[in-house]
Amino acid sequence: MQKYSIFNLVKNAFSNHQNWDLAWKDPEPKEEYDVVIIGGGGHGLATAYYLAKEHNITKVAIIEKGWIGGGNVGRNTTIIRSNYMHDENGLFSEFGMDLWRKMSQDLNYNVMFSPRGIINLAHSDAQMNVYARRGNSMRLNGIDAVLLNREQVKEIIPMADFSENVRFPIFGGLMQPSAGTARHDAVAWGYARQADDMGVDIIQNCEVIGFDVSAGKINGIRTSRGNIKAKKVGLCVAGSTNILAEKLNMTLPIETHLLQACVSEPVKPVLDSVVTFGAGHFYISQSDKGEMVMGGDLDGYNSYAQRGNLPTLQHVLTEGIAMMPFLSKLKMLRTWGGIMDMSMDGSPIIDKTHIDGLYLNCGWCYGGFKATPASGWTFAHTIAQDRVHELNAGYSLNRFNTGHLIDEKGLGTKTWIS
Amino acid sequence: MLYIKCPHCGMRPQIEFSYGGDASVKRPELNKEISDKEWDDFVYNRKSLRGKHLELWQHISGCRQWIKVERDTATHEIFKTFKADEEVV
Ligand SMILES: Cc1cc2nc3c(=O)[nH]c(=O)nc-3n(C[C@H](O)[C@H](O)[C@H](O)COP(=O)(O)OP(=O)(O)OC[C@H]3O[C@@H](n4cnc5c(N)ncnc54)[C@H](O)[C@@H]3O)c2cc1C
Ligand SMILES: [Zn+2]
Repeated sequence: MQKYSIFNLVKNAFSNHQNWDLAWKDPEPKEEYDVVIIGGGGHGLATAYYLAKEHNITKVAIIEKGWIGGGNVGRNTTIIRSNYMHDENGLFSEFGMDLWRKMSQDLNYNVMFSPRGIINLAHSDAQMNVYARRGNSMRLNGIDAVLLNREQVKEIIPMADFSENVRFPIFGGLMQPSAGTARHDAVAWGYARQADDMGVDIIQNCEVIGFDVSAGKINGIRTSRGNIKAKKVGLCVAGSTNILAEKLNMTLPIETHLLQACVSEPVKPVLDSVVTFGAGHFYISQSDKGEMVMGGDLDGYNSYAQRGNLPTLQHVLTEGIAMMPFLSKLKMLRTWGGIMDMSMDGSPIIDKTHIDGLYLNCGWCYGGFKATPASGWTFAHTIAQDRVHELNAGYSLNRFNTGHLIDEKGLGTKTWIS
Repeated sequence: MLYIKCPHCGMRPQIEFSYGGDASVKRPELNKEISDKEWDDFVYNRKSLRGKHLELWQHISGCRQWIKVERDTATHEIFKTFKADEEVV
């Protein structure tokens, strides 16, 4: 594979960039693989990459029903952070932050990782106390956290509403300076290109429609392009998890819900960090193109529609305008939605299953993009070694049975009620 | 905007309602031995069907009654609505 470098860029300029290698091939499915990964989103692609790179397992196929990167990995608002209170989430995500920092070099692909910091705004003394507690927990786990007072927040985001008589005055905020954003498509493409180069077959336009299980062991999958044998199968289908679980006679602590996001018309640089509203669910950042990238609540009822409903968008943007009044002057450029695997405690599942050779990766809720590298890394380990790594040991499926929930947000068992 | 026909009040916009999840989930009978698995299925595990889905909604800004709604989770088409204690046919 040609390396992406300034020299190769110049060299290829002489042939009008007509002779670059394809970034990945378009192979026919083989009869059999050591590992089949279902789902060519961020997590599936990263898993295949780390299977090849860390475990030398290259007889691997990624089976994607549409095109790689067409799911949530290409629909999210790209926030990357590890500002969690619970050890399981904090340590897992901070391990991921390290992988993010190295990712562009590691993949030889510019994923435009931009550690611009995230600020969670607080609107009361009580909320400041909660944030102080979370910040301290983060620091105990080696994650950077700074508690900002009102004046310090004002220095960073002067465009927010700091007037006295607002309904939700800004008291301060919790900042993780090392958090940030990345280019989501590049993450999918970067992992795909390297995985392909190491021998992984990326098979697109191929839908998994069933499984071949006998005597408690997985033997292969059935797809729209025929049957494929596999010693091991990993599920990375995010919002489609329930559909495939049904074919395995499993019911999971997951519901599929719709999350929307939108961008404004591009404007000059105004916001250089990620900011979340503390009195509702709204978050914002500015893309490199200048668009204000915004999102918030789920639509609120089970949905596989991949497109949203206006009342939620209106509600979310009302919060945004309360926080940053200048947003009301901007025109909306685009809105879209993705279907989300909402777990019952808000934390993910990366685990083995009761079926030998079948592995589960799901329950990513609002935060699966930032988890892409750590999820791929730990899922590859779980599949290759047939046992969980200590980093994903807490993300077990049976925690709902044993009561060891990881309830980060205090939302209880149904994260979609908020 | 979804429009939901409340069996008590008639057709109303979705913003008057709040969502209550899968209506086919049954609480285990308390007067017999209940396994952990049964509690799991009641509290956490959901089919989350793609297609026809029977679900609970509450007409929170109206009559405040809980109702059952049969809705398609892929197209959002609403087929039928029922009172909470009405048999679904
Ligand atoms: C609007 C929005 C904003 C978000 N914002 C953020 C954010 O700021 N930060 C963050 O960390 N996370 C965010 N997320 C969450 C994040 O995008 C997801 O958790 C994450 O992308 C899920 O993992 P994935 O990339 O592997 O999923 P996907 O990209 O959805 O991959 C799953 C793939 O499986 C394929 N598939 C499904 N069924 C089958 C089948 N039967 N056969 C074959 N293939 C199949 C799908 O086509 C899809 O490509 C957001 C999500 C949305 C929708
Ligand atoms: Zn009513």
